[in-house]
Amino acid sequence: MLSGNLLWVLSGTMLLGIAAGITGTFSFLQKQSLVGDAAAHAALPGIALAFLLTGQKELPILMLGAGITSALSVYCIQWIVSFSKLKADAAIGLVLTVFFGIGVVFLTVVNRSPLGNQSGLNNFIFGKAATMTKADLMWLFISATIIIVVSLLLYKEWKLLIFDQVYAKGIGLPIEALKATLTVLIVMTIVTGIQAVGVILMSALLIIPAASAKLWTKKLSSMLVLSAIIGGISGITGTFISAMRTGLSTGPIIVLVAAAIFFISYFISPSGQISKYRRKMQFRKQGELG
Amino acid sequence: MIEFWVVLTGILVGITCGIAGVFLILRRMSMIADAISHTVLFGIVMAYIITQTLNGFWMLIGAATAGILTAYLVQLLHSSGIQEDAAIGVVFTSLFVAGVLLITLFAGNVHLDVEHVLMGEIAFVPWDRWTFLSITLPKAVWMLLLVLLINIGFLLLFFKEMKLTTFDPVYAASIGVPVLFLHYGFMTSISFTTVAAFDSVGAILVVAMLIGPAATSYLISKSIKQMFLYSMAFGAAAAVIGYYLAKFWDTSIAGMMATIVGVLFVMTLISQKIIDQRRKALVSKLEVKRII
Repeated sequence: MLSGNLLWVLSGTMLLGIAAGITGTFSFLQKQSLVGDAAAHAALPGIALAFLLTGQKELPILMLGAGITSALSVYCIQWIVSFSKLKADAAIGLVLTVFFGIGVVFLTVVNRSPLGNQSGLNNFIFGKAATMTKADLMWLFISATIIIVVSLLLYKEWKLLIFDQVYAKGIGLPIEALKATLTVLIVMTIVTGIQAVGVILMSALLIIPAASAKLWTKKLSSMLVLSAIIGGISGITGTFISAMRTGLSTGPIIVLVAAAIFFISYFISPSGQISKYRRKMQFRKQGELG
Repeated sequence: MIEFWVVLTGILVGITCGIAGVFLILRRMSMIADAISHTVLFGIVMAYIITQTLNGFWMLIGAATAGILTAYLVQLLHSSGIQEDAAIGVVFTSLFVAGVLLITLFAGNVHLDVEHVLMGEIAFVPWDRWTFLSITLPKAVWMLLLVLLINIGFLLLFFKEMKLTTFDPVYAASIGVPVLFLHYGFMTSISFTTVAAFDSVGAILVVAMLIGPAATSYLISKSIKQMFLYSMAFGAAAAVIGYYLAKFWDTSIAGMMATIVGVLFVMTLISQKIIDQRRKALVSKLEVKRII
């Protein structure tokens, strides 16, 4: 039942989930979850443009294009927030939809071109984890490993950056460079995941595991581990379920599994609703006794 | 005649979204609108599964329910201690995914394919007509007119209250303005707007029309009334320019409209900066003269 290819795909989506869980935690703590959402949507024009310019379907080229426009979108958001009186929410929403719109325009151009119909660029909207080839998976393995290793190496610096920027500056850490690497890594996670779960759902994989992990713990180190585990489990379980039943694309199921984990955590975790309710009842009882 | 209907639909989308977007920007709720635009998919699919028809009325009801549900869930998660951006992210992605899966499971063979809902197809709008009071108009035009009326009605009824809750929610609550009711009412009107527009510009790109024109007009307006006027004008302009450019280059109309929304925004921002700088230069020049 576990054919060779499925095993590869399973380990690929697991690594992706782990990588997204880790970088997602950092972007969550910086309150930039929705910036990741925008960057994920903004990958679409990059993919289509890279294809239009080179006429090739080589994954590295498409991913390079995706990375460039994703990073550009993050830069645009920062530019709008600092140069106009618009607030972050409007800047994010505007950049997200405009980049996505440009992507849709390029996509229709691609679909009209003679190469277009076989190009399968539409797959980038929802992903196609189940049918990834060995070469696709190699890229996924390499970049997911890079993401995980780099975030572990920069763990201490990022921790300072998130919780005490002033102190970090004081001891001479290169704040801007650290922020930029974090952005690059988030963009890289998005670009890595697009192939598997698509541009629309990639943001979910960044946000949901981190938000679920936050419900269980207040320590950064354990939050990172938990988020990575939740991401990994979602990847594996989602891929497995969609392999069982044909006709359901893998990306949505991975996200659905992650969402289920979140809602379970929301109720049963230590800071969740059930324990809150219990505590409330306990207080009330004590109040009645006293 | 066909082109007339398409352009008219575009203008109506621009105006309707332009009106709805102003308070979104002012209340800093752009991303909740983005969330709703994804989750209406869930509402539309649920409406289809329950009624087994693609009736516009049930679609509106389904979408409104999904919109309110989204706003409510975000509020619920946020108030139980989850930071707002993550709450929005979790809610809309889960509901959106539920919508996508329900479509592939139960509604795969009807015209409700995911791509259509997300990207829209304004070029097909003229073919789907409804007759009401012996007037025959494209379905999308009917829906947009209805929602435009609803939006205008909502504003006429609650303009003062909306202004108050937007700029001073604490004061508004203290003098007894129904803040929550307005919040959910406004979210309902955003969901209505999204559904009315999704036939033509799709659920994701409708957000460009909701946020873009209002954001652009926010840069240059000096009062809320001005902001409404400019916003409608920018929305309609983006729709018309986008349509003709898309026709010229034979590409996606909705995508082109969103692109033009972006272009208009950047042009306005840059020209506003230039004018600002000139004014500053002029002022300092005059001051130098006065000192001399």
